[in-house]
Amino acid sequence: MKISGKISITILILVSLLSIFAPFISGYNPDSIDLDSLKETPSLKHLFGTDSKGRDMLSRILYGGRISIGIAITAALLSMSIGLIIGLCSGYFGGKVDVAIMAFVDLILSFPALLLAIGISIILPPGIYTVMIAIAAVGWASVARLIRGYILTLREALFIDAARALGCSNTRILFVHLMPQCIPLLLVIMGLKLGGYILTEASLSFLGLGAQPPTATWGSMISTNRAYISSAPWMVLFPGLMIAIVALCSNILGDALRNRYGLKIKG
Amino acid sequence: MLIPLLLGITLLTFSLTKALPGDPVLNMVGERAQIEVIEKIRKELGADKNVLSQYFGYISLLLKGEFGRSYYTNRKVFDDLLLKFPNTLKLALGAMIIAIPVGLLLGFISAYKKDTILDSLISSISVSGLSVPVFWSGLLIMLFFSLKLKILPPSGTGDIRFLVLPSITLSLPALATLSRVTRTMLIEIFDMPFITTARAKGITELKINSIHIFKNAFIPLITVIGLDFGSYLNGAVLTETIFGWDGIGRFTMDGIIKRDYPVIMGCVIVGTVIFVFINLLVDIVYHYLDPRVRLHENIR
Repeated sequence: MKISGKISITILILVSLLSIFAPFISGYNPDSIDLDSLKETPSLKHLFGTDSKGRDMLSRILYGGRISIGIAITAALLSMSIGLIIGLCSGYFGGKVDVAIMAFVDLILSFPALLLAIGISIILPPGIYTVMIAIAAVGWASVARLIRGYILTLREALFIDAARALGCSNTRILFVHLMPQCIPLLLVIMGLKLGGYILTEASLSFLGLGAQPPTATWGSMISTNRAYISSAPWMVLFPGLMIAIVALCSNILGDALRNRYGLKIKG
Repeated sequence: MLIPLLLGITLLTFSLTKALPGDPVLNMVGERAQIEVIEKIRKELGADKNVLSQYFGYISLLLKGEFGRSYYTNRKVFDDLLLKFPNTLKLALGAMIIAIPVGLLLGFISAYKKDTILDSLISSISVSGLSVPVFWSGLLIMLFFSLKLKILPPSGTGDIRFLVLPSITLSLPALATLSRVTRTMLIEIFDMPFITTARAKGITELKINSIHIFKNAFIPLITVIGLDFGSYLNGAVLTETIFGWDGIGRFTMDGIIKRDYPVIMGCVIVGTVIFVFINLLVDIVYHYLDPRVRLHENIR
């Protein structure tokens, strides 16, 4: 893997660890209001400053990272699993099953992703799980299509013929013989998609469809703090920087993984 | 292909509307609507009949441009959408005017200077463009150009001065995608046998570049530019919100904040239909421009 990929994964792990161990690092409660230190500029006491209610920005960002990264990863795992199973079935069984599944996949892909995610999230009460479901409900389609394309090339392979000749059931061929073959591809897809999921999560919480106040996520922090952009720019600067860094590292990692496995996938 | 797709889309939005909390009819017309209006919609929607006839009622309402009324203004959602659509179109066009030349230029430079510092620099810029959330880059652009330098207005709807900053913001992810795709595509073409043939025949580099390479890259690039229109629609929701640009995007955001379901669903449907039609248009242009695609169809 190229050096840029290694750096990216290091940064991603670092940010995740900082978020996981937030209570030991920040020293402030992310939601505790301190009226004596409103909108303080970044200093040694508050590294990233404080917001309009005197809450420590650093701890809000670290705690927010738990939610933002957590949602993106959960949504990615969800959409990978759904996409994998549906793609496997579609590619392996072919015929009418394939036509029906792919028609549905095309339908989902014909929506602008964010609009569909908005449409799905408004039917559920706003919150963390809603965002996960909305992202996964939109994201599985492209995964399914990629997996299906890959399975189509594998379906006629000799080892599948051999497995069939030995009397393996369809279920066994699907899950024991074909599924493991998809793991490198899934890794690459996950890398390529994770950055997008981070951005979608941020966008949905920016729009107020994600975790509700006072819980902080990076997107909602930008949304609530943007009124103070001219007087306290750090309140917008740091959460956005975190989104950008994590999304950037995911995208670079995805590219690196794709080159590593020599796969041709459009990101 | 278009009709089943549109049916599918309306089926999906219909299911979403059905799944909304509360009475679907009240969701469409608002709680404060007059009894007669509620009854009329209820009748047209066939709320007392089975699901299938409800769906057909829903489609006939959509075809009449009846997307329901806003809970708050009690105005027809469709009328507001028509009113705001030109603004979103202006913004998208503004973004395209920036994204297409800049994206193509960056892609061309990095393909021709492959594996140089310039190439890695441009590639990093493109990856960053894809990774930075537009609502954040928009705020930073606003902070710098209108609040610090004070050369352009920070927000509002109006003449071209109001359009510059949101267009730049909206163009960033699109130009990043375009430059990446252009680079990959050109590098693929460089390696193709017919380029080697052309070179072996002694054709000048200028001619190879202008005729052989550009002509082959041109058609797929049009597709990419067209298909990227979806990202403008996604981005418009966020960009218009930031810059207070009075288009469909901000309308959507206002709807979300107030939980104004008819407004949100109307925006989702109209946005998707626009997106689908643009994809269709791109397909038609593609068929028209690329004889190979037509050839395949004839064989089939």
